[in-house]
Amino acid sequence: MFDDSNIVVGLEIGTSKICVVVGEQNAEGALNIIGLGQSRSRGVRKGEICNPEQVEEDLRVAIFEAEQMADVEIRSVYLGVSGGHVRGFNNRGTHVVVSAEREITSDDVDDVIKNAKAINLPAENTVIHAVRQHFFVDGQDGVTNPVGMLGARLEVDMHVIHGHANRLQNAIRLVRGTQLEVDEIVFNGIAASLAMLTPEQKEMGALVIDIGGGTTEYVVYSDGAIRHTGVLAVGGDHVSNDLAYGLKVQLSRAEKLKIDHGSALVTDETKGQSISITNELGLELKRINTEHLQRIMSLRLEEIFRLIAQELEQAGLADYLRAGVFLCGGGSRVPGLVKLAENVFQMNVTPGHAGAVNGLTNTLDQPEFCAAIGLAKYGALKSRKRAKQRIVHNFLFTTGIKNAFDRLLKR
Amino acid sequence: METENQTPILETAGQPVVKFFGVGNAGIALLGQLATPEFAAAQTIAINTDAAAFATSGATVKIHLENKLLRGLGSGGDPERGRALADEQFSTLKSACEGANVIFILAGLGGGAGSGISPVLAKAAREAGALVLAFVTLPFDCEGNRREAQAQTALEQLKAAADGVICLPGQKVFKLIDENTSLVDTFNFSGGFLVEGVRGVWQLLTRPGLIQVHFSDLCTLLRDRHAENVFAFVEAAGAGRSREVVDKILAHPLLDEGRALADSDAVLVSLLAGKDLTMAEVNRVMEQVKRQCSHAQIIMGAAVDAELKGKLCVTVIAAKQNLAAAANFPTRVETRTGTPNATSQRDVVIARPARARRSGAKAVQTQLPLTIVSKGRFDKSEPTLHHGEDLDVPTFLRRGVPLN
Repeated sequence: MFDDSNIVVGLEIGTSKICVVVGEQNAEGALNIIGLGQSRSRGVRKGEICNPEQVEEDLRVAIFEAEQMADVEIRSVYLGVSGGHVRGFNNRGTHVVVSAEREITSDDVDDVIKNAKAINLPAENTVIHAVRQHFFVDGQDGVTNPVGMLGARLEVDMHVIHGHANRLQNAIRLVRGTQLEVDEIVFNGIAASLAMLTPEQKEMGALVIDIGGGTTEYVVYSDGAIRHTGVLAVGGDHVSNDLAYGLKVQLSRAEKLKIDHGSALVTDETKGQSISITNELGLELKRINTEHLQRIMSLRLEEIFRLIAQELEQAGLADYLRAGVFLCGGGSRVPGLVKLAENVFQMNVTPGHAGAVNGLTNTLDQPEFCAAIGLAKYGALKSRKRAKQRIVHNFLFTTGIKNAFDRLLKR
Repeated sequence: METENQTPILETAGQPVVKFFGVGNAGIALLGQLATPEFAAAQTIAINTDAAAFATSGATVKIHLENKLLRGLGSGGDPERGRALADEQFSTLKSACEGANVIFILAGLGGGAGSGISPVLAKAAREAGALVLAFVTLPFDCEGNRREAQAQTALEQLKAAADGVICLPGQKVFKLIDENTSLVDTFNFSGGFLVEGVRGVWQLLTRPGLIQVHFSDLCTLLRDRHAENVFAFVEAAGAGRSREVVDKILAHPLLDEGRALADSDAVLVSLLAGKDLTMAEVNRVMEQVKRQCSHAQIIMGAAVDAELKGKLCVTVIAAKQNLAAAANFPTRVETRTGTPNATSQRDVVIARPARARRSGAKAVQTQLPLTIVSKGRFDKSEPTLHHGEDLDVPTFLRRGVPLN
């Protein structure tokens, strides 16, 4: 499908919305977003599919909209995955170079990567991404490509992201059911950071937090490589739920209150203020204390940040984020969130937009589309790599360039 | 069992004296599988309540446990009868064990003889001053609940009495064979697994080692650990044999695809190869094993056998302490007051240091239904637990922030 088409599509099946982004690659490989489709998602809880039929219906709507806008026919997508079951960790692999002249060959590199991937995963889990960070040659740090160097001991640090195989499979099967091919599955957090971070920011060290409807993903980059990833199965839905419970209103009403009057900080001017809830005839049903509303939201959002901050502290990464924190996802629209994040992380916080993708119009450059745009960008990077490889090793492409997902996708 | 007892024997013979005991019909069949030239030097002893099984056995010594009540019909699948018989003839068993440093007990648990006699035999062997290793098979699920229960009880008794128990659940074997395997082959196959384990330990003790595994190393690994052991015996040949061996270990079904290594707190690795064994190969295997079980105490050995041209055999024995079994075992011993050894068994159990099991098994968090907090739309979804806190419950409730 990539042989004759320069269309890449990112698909994110989120908890609150399904988002399809269509990108077109020009001859140089640069990505241009030409279409976007979205629909309300009703069959997903906490980032995981719980009602496949409903999701399929919503998915068709979003795909149709994107096809209309971009005026193309979508045949395959890069699928974003998330959920509380997705976890990332770092692993080091070692390999002793055995060749006589101690020159490191690409076979040695393959071996050391294989060693780093040999990890104790629970049987039901599968690897989504295995990203190499740095090589070490005889303890020398920061080697990006050791082929051709001399050394006796080769080590590599990998970041491995894995998830529950069946749950990932569910999403893939569902997309397949709508006559679409899945090129690859991509962790949503990585997709969002692809869209938002420039290479310089990745080099300096950055934390990307994608606050979605049901989950919050976070990814830490430093020295240009992924250091840490994680998912909290807590998101905007939880905020609404807390409000519905605390203010004793319906969930849909809580959702509306959150959007209209929400704030991540309890502001002084709202002390003693109240909002009146009216029915369809304009009669007052109830008065809501604005301070309570903001307090409930603030506590929940602060907790999310604190949990992430704690985890980074434990991983020893808190001091490596010189580019600061980047927020995206629908949850990052809450007023005052930047201020709250600054308070918690004690560093520069940037509200998100897809800064690393060119030619985005204002309507597309919204925080909640970051992950989907990133998925399209991921696809563009992948297909550019493939095109390059195709020229060099034409036969490799015909036999199929294997990646980590092939096994999963084929099931 | 005390080292003073062992030293004179070790000095005279140069290597430990090993005796193999086959208990019950299954045990005797396993002894039969062991009868290869390799083991010719070892003494094999068959013990059964039913005389018929002896006819086919080539064991050097045959001990027939019998009294008038049984009328030559065997124990009839009742372990209590087997146990009573063994207790009755405890001295016979003990004298059969005299003079050995290591005693291997081979048995199939679930029936009368194997389940009843093995624990008593293990006790007798320890009293005679030997290290006792039991290799046992557990029944298949289809053999019924009663046999299963008998096997479990016997296994626990055996764990308390022997230094190490290596058990092979029949059901695990079931997963390894394909559908068309005949019944005979299945039993041979599961027996073969056990025999491989026995062979691995045997080689460990008898072959001249480059990096010698001392007899005492094996003792430290197994003695008083009453461990739940798993073992694997893999071999490979050719250029990439060290890599292949590692892959095989990590994929070995008895090691739960390598996960058993992560759970264990002591691991013994023994490599055996021809004269072409290189240090790099030893290093590569050990490196990978070490990575799998960073918490464990690792004992390694390497030996050379000229006959193994180009082959590399690796035996892995992983032992872990089973706290769950330790916790509920004393009460069971106490109820069995009839046996003379009950108190000493209990002492051993209690003397064991209470150590937390490694966090291999998933802990399932349950909530006490004391206060009912509605989680709204998340009521029916999988709870989001983070360090024991259910994040689905509104934050302000968990923090106890008042809203007036």
